[in-house]
Amino acid sequence: MSNVFIAFQSNEESRPIIEAILADNPHAVAVHTVGLVKIDAPDELRIKRETIEEIIGKRYNLQELQLSLVTLSGYIDEDDDQFTLSWNH
Amino acid sequence: MSVDLHTREIKPLRQTFAHVAQYVGDDKPASRYLEATLGAQSTANFHYRPTWDPAHELFDKTRSAVVLTDWQALRDPRQYYYGTWTMARARQQDAIEANYQFIEDRGLVGKMPEAVRSKASRVLIPLRHAAWGGNMNNCSIGAYGYGAILTAPAMFHAMDQLGVAQYITRLGLTLDEPGALDTGKKDWLEEACWQPLRHYVEDTLVLQDPMELFVAQNLALDGQLYPLMFGSFVDDHLVPLGGTAVAMLSAFMPEWHAESARWIDAVLKVAAAESEANRTLIAGWVQTWSDRAQAALAPVAELALGAEGQSALEDARTSLNARCKKAGLAA
Repeated sequence: MSNVFIAFQSNEESRPIIEAILADNPHAVAVHTVGLVKIDAPDELRIKRETIEEIIGKRYNLQELQLSLVTLSGYIDEDDDQFTLSWNH
Repeated sequence: MSVDLHTREIKPLRQTFAHVAQYVGDDKPASRYLEATLGAQSTANFHYRPTWDPAHELFDKTRSAVVLTDWQALRDPRQYYYGTWTMARARQQDAIEANYQFIEDRGLVGKMPEAVRSKASRVLIPLRHAAWGGNMNNCSIGAYGYGAILTAPAMFHAMDQLGVAQYITRLGLTLDEPGALDTGKKDWLEEACWQPLRHYVEDTLVLQDPMELFVAQNLALDGQLYPLMFGSFVDDHLVPLGGTAVAMLSAFMPEWHAESARWIDAVLKVAAAESEANRTLIAGWVQTWSDRAQAALAPVAELALGAEGQSALEDARTSLNARCKKAGLAA
C-alpha cells in the first residue's frame, strides 16, 4: 500500500475543496503547514465536483482547482465530475 | 558569512471575528460570505421610532408575522456578498454582450420570420413593467425585512430584477422600433389580457409584511412567470419557429431564475421549519398567492401560446408545487 497526495495553497479558494476531499475520503489526512495544505491518502483519493458545489453553493468546474494546486503524486483519472489520484493504471 | 533561512509558522490566535465564531465555531476559518454578512444587522440603540411608523423600531422583527428566534439563520446557499455577486453578474453580462454581438454581426433578427418577431415583441416587452414591480418589491423587502442575511440578497435580487427589465428593454429595441416600448406600456396599461397581472403586481407593491411580499413576488409570481415565459414561450415555442435569436438575447433570465430559486427555497425552508405556526402561515401565503398568480397569468399564457397556454401554465404551477413540497411547504 502506498500513499497518494495532493497539496493546495492555503487560501479562501482552496478551503471548500479541502473540506470536500476530507468529507469524501475519510481515510485521508490533511497536514497544515505554512501557506500549504497537503492531503495524504493510502491508495486512492477522489475529488468530487458535486461535493464542492454543495459546499460553495454554486456551479464549479473541476479544472478551477488547478488555480490553487501546488503539487500531487499518483496517476490522474479526471473527467467533468471527478478527479481521482491512485496508483492503478 | 552564510545566511540561514528558516520558515516559522505563526498560528493565528483567532480564526475569525468573535461574532462570527459564535455561529460557526472558532476551530476553522469562516467563509468570506459569513464574515461579510453575519452581525451586519443593527440590533440596538435606535433611540427614536421613525415618525412614519411609530408602531415599530427602525429595524423591527415584528414587521413580519413570521416569528424566528434567530433571523441570521436565513442563509443564502449561493453565499453571495457584494464582491461575489457582482463578479457573477459581470460574467453573465459578458456572455449576453457576446450573444448580442453574434446576433447583430449576422443580422439574425432581420432573418427571423416576421410573425415570430412581432409575437416576441408583443408578448415580452410589457414584462419589463412586471420586472420593475419585482425590483420595487425586493427593495421593500430589503428596507423593511430584518437581518442583513436576508435583506442583503434581497437588495441584490432587486438589482437583478432591474437588470431583467433592462434586458427586456434592450431586447425590445433590437426586435422592433423604439415605439414598441410605448406600445408595450400602452398594452400593459390598457390591453385586457395584461390587466390581471398588472393588478397582481400593483397589489403586491403595497404589501406591508416583508416575508409575505417575499412569497408573493419571488416564489408565487416569478416561480410561474419565468418557466412560462422564458421556458415554454421562448425556448419551446419561439425557437422551433425560427426565434433562436430571442432565446439567445434573453438567456440571462432562465439562468438567473434557476440560480435565485435556490436562495428563495432555502429561505422559506428554514423559516417554515422553525415552528408549526410559521409553516401554516407561509404555506397559507403560498397557496393564496400562487392561485392568484396562476389566474393572473392565464390570459398572458393564452396571448403567448394560444390554446396550449393553459397546459403550459399548469406545468409551471406543477413545478412550483414541487419546489414548495421540497421546501416543506405543503401547497
